[in-house]
Amino acid sequence: MNNGKQKRVIPGTTMFDGDQARKGYALNKMCFSFNSAGNRAEFLKDKEAYCDKYGLNAQQKKAVLSLQVLDMLAAGGNAYYLAKLGGIFGLDMQDIGAQQTGMTKEAFKAKLIAAGK
Amino acid sequence: MAKIIGGISVTHVPYIGRAIAHNLQQDPYWKPFFDGFPPVHQWLAKVKPDVAVVIYNDHGLNFFLDKMPTFAVGAAPEYHNADEGWGIPTLPPYRGELDLSWHMIDSLVEEEFDIVTCQEMLVDHAFTLPLELLWPKQKSCPLRTVPVCINTVQFPLPKPARCFKFGQAIGRAIESWDSDARVVVIGTGGLSHQLDGQRAGFINKEFDLMFMEKLITDPLWVTRYSIADLVELTGTQGVELLMWLTTRGALPGEVAKVHSNYHIPISNTASGLLAMETV
Repeated sequence: MNNGKQKRVIPGTTMFDGDQARKGYALNKMCFSFNSAGNRAEFLKDKEAYCDKYGLNAQQKKAVLSLQVLDMLAAGGNAYYLAKLGGIFGLDMQDIGAQQTGMTKEAFKAKLIAAGK
Repeated sequence: MAKIIGGISVTHVPYIGRAIAHNLQQDPYWKPFFDGFPPVHQWLAKVKPDVAVVIYNDHGLNFFLDKMPTFAVGAAPEYHNADEGWGIPTLPPYRGELDLSWHMIDSLVEEEFDIVTCQEMLVDHAFTLPLELLWPKQKSCPLRTVPVCINTVQFPLPKPARCFKFGQAIGRAIESWDSDARVVVIGTGGLSHQLDGQRAGFINKEFDLMFMEKLITDPLWVTRYSIADLVELTGTQGVELLMWLTTRGALPGEVAKVHSNYHIPISNTASGLLAMETV
C-alpha cells in the first residue's frame, strides 16, 4: 500500500499516514463517537455489540476488548481518538504510557521527570 | 489598519483544564507551570489586545478523518466547546470576529492558501485552555477570536516552511484589515512529547530550548527539518510546534522576547510558554 515509497523508520513510533488511516477508519470512527456521553454509556453496556455496530474487524475488536494500546495502534488506531476510549476507563496518559512501554506507572512518571533534569 | 501587538505560544495539555477547575495552580506539581503566566498577564494588561487569532490543532472534536482539512479558518459569530470524551470541564462559548475572519479568508485564498472555511466550528482544549491561561478567572474570554486550525492528526502534515509562509500570510491579512483593533496571535501545542507507541514518554529538552531561542532570533532555523525529522526529534505530538512556527510567521519583522517558561513534565509533555512583542 505504500506505492513503493520508502517510509522513514523511527523506532517505537508510527506516523499516522494514509495506510494507517485506511486500516483504522472503523476503529477511529468508533472512538470519535465517544465524544458523546450517551455513546460512552452504550459502549459500556455491551462493548462487543458496539464494536460490531461500527464494523470493527477481528484484530481491532480484540485489541479494544483487551484494552491493549499497542495492538490498537497496530490495527490503525490514532492516538488522539484512542485517548477518548482510554478516558472511558479513567486511564490517564501515564497509565497509557506505562502500558505501552512495559513499565510501572511510577517508573514511567520517574522517566518523565528525569527528562527535565 | 489593525495592529499586531505580538504573539504568544503555549502548551495545551488537556489536564491543565482539570488543574484550573480544581484551583491547583499552587500545587507543587502545577506551580512551576502556572508561575510562568503572571509576567505575560502583566504584559497583556499593558498592550491590551482586543482580538486573538488562535492557531491550534483539533484533536477529534470538530474534525474527523471523514474530512480532514490541512488548514481551516473559523467564520462563526460564536465558537462552542464541547465534551471531548476525557472528562475535562466544558467551557463557555467564545465570541467570534466575523469581519476579520472573512477578511483573512479573502486574503489567504488570494495568496493561494486554499483554506477550508467553517461557519460552525467546535473548539477543543487546544483553543480554550490557552485563553483560560492567558485571561484567567473571567466569566468568558474578553477578546473576540478567530480560530485557525492546522492538521496534525493525519499525515502528511504541512511542512514547517509551508507553515511559516502560512503564518506570514495570516500576518499580512491582519495588518491589511481595515480596523483599529489590536490583535494578538496565539499558537498552541507542544513542546516535545509522544503519547503513542513504545517510544511514549519521549521528551527532548535540548531541542525544545534551542527551538524557543531560535523562534525569536532565527525562525527559519526549524524549517531545515522535515515533518519526519520533527517526529524523530520532538515526538509524534511534538510536531505541534508547527503552531508556534506559524504564530512567529504572523509577526511582522523582528520580535523581542517578553517572557518565556519551560517545565518538564506536565502530563507526558514538555510544557512551554513564549510571549513575543513586535518591535
